[in-house]
Amino acid sequence: MRSVTVVRAGALTTVQDLGRPGHAHLGVPRSGALDEPAHRIANRLVGNPAHCATLETTLGGCAVRAGTAVTVAVTGAPCPVRVDGLPAAWGAAVRVPAGAVLDVGPARAGVRSYVAFAGGLAVEPVLGSRSRDLLSGLGPEPLADGVALPLGDPCGPSAGADAVPWPGPPVGELVLPLVLGPRHDWFTPEALSATLPGGGFRVSAASNRIGLRTEGPALARARTGELPSEGMVLGAVQVPPDGHPVVFLADHPTTGGYPVVGVVPEPALAAVAQARPGTPVRFVPTRGRAG
Amino acid sequence: MTGPGHPAPLRALPVGPRALLVEVATAEEAQALHAELLRRRAAGALPPVREIVPAARTVLLDGLADPYALAADLASWNVPPLPAADAEPVVLPVRYDGADLAEVAALWGVGEDEVVRLHTGTVFRVAFCGFAPGFGYLTGLPERLHVPRRATPRTAVPAGSVGLAGPYTGVYPRSSPGGWQLIGRTDAVLWDPGREPAALLAPGTRVRFEERA
Repeated sequence: MRSVTVVRAGALTTVQDLGRPGHAHLGVPRSGALDEPAHRIANRLVGNPAHCATLETTLGGCAVRAGTAVTVAVTGAPCPVRVDGLPAAWGAAVRVPAGAVLDVGPARAGVRSYVAFAGGLAVEPVLGSRSRDLLSGLGPEPLADGVALPLGDPCGPSAGADAVPWPGPPVGELVLPLVLGPRHDWFTPEALSATLPGGGFRVSAASNRIGLRTEGPALARARTGELPSEGMVLGAVQVPPDGHPVVFLADHPTTGGYPVVGVVPEPALAAVAQARPGTPVRFVPTRGRAG
Repeated sequence: MTGPGHPAPLRALPVGPRALLVEVATAEEAQALHAELLRRRAAGALPPVREIVPAARTVLLDGLADPYALAADLASWNVPPLPAADAEPVVLPVRYDGADLAEVAALWGVGEDEVVRLHTGTVFRVAFCGFAPGFGYLTGLPERLHVPRRATPRTAVPAGSVGLAGPYTGVYPRSSPGGWQLIGRTDAVLWDPGREPAALLAPGTRVRFEERA
């Protein structure tokens, strides 16, 4: 069987694909690659369809030994790539001979690199997805040293390095468009017009696949009390009682009881996935079409 | 558009560029709206939508091409009350020996036997799911039997524990931290991703508890 064996699991490396949408009413998060464009391009570079499972690393990279020769591609957070110690290309298809070690080094910028293998990682899917959901524990365990991961059969020629452009990791400040609502009326006008766009937020080290937490200014509430639990979307900016906004990412809970001041549209979330702790954050509030 | 089955117009709040949160006044209206949305989707009378997520007083529609068009359309909807149940409820066998049974009996002002009688005598309905895959929030207990959460949540509640909190009854699908008042435990498997369907209790499912010696 074609497979790769984990030599260095890294800080947190998980199997990810496009997630398991359609089960939120059962309390099942969508999950899936946090930087979805990077996941798609990695797959494309090795000739896979977008739904094939890749590895998502966190800051420190990872290393695997190829059981058979396999074409791979590393995208997302830029990092050194080595095959049996020799430098190889990042952001391009790379041939790894049988028995060789592919080493995905620490991210030079950004947080999450994506490693695609021709044929995709063929671990057992759960509810139609191979993604590891860190909130509910669905999908394959995070990588551990020595574990073998099966590969599927390669399904097409590599797309080559004709590279679709992708957003790089945020440089300087992470500026996030924010469509206000549904509960922006729970906050003071100053919170919406001054605190959110005023900047001064920073990415908290407590951020994870569930959400990007911020530290810095607190949003002032216009009303107290509790909100009955309601459905949550990807990119929702939920504000717990401490007032510090949390941007919900792929493993977010499907319902929640803290007010959502606004939603960061999905195209902006790839940059969120690559924002390191300490990165300054600014929100740019806009009204929805209906006001 | 106010009618006998529809006390107030639906309030549709945009949630980002691709979702709509439809808000109603009561839990019953939310359940009726959810049932109506499922009916319309089955009949092909709803635009394509990725998720329909009911909750306490809302239903979220996520993954819409044009939330504003649906919001405008919703204004003319007349949502009928929940239809009469057409299927037998799911029956969950329970050993009523939970750590908070005495506390719940005290809060209800009855004996422990009466807690069991009242709980097994109620037909519940899964209002919505959340917290963990397969965790249903079951409504059906009258307001006088609503109880607060425990002041201090437990760090580990065993799988199958049957608990009460606020207006809800719930069963923990797996061991997890939790603050609900525990009255018993079932061996029923609430969640099994290898099973079809994975969740024993989905929104809209009716549930009855049965005492097991």
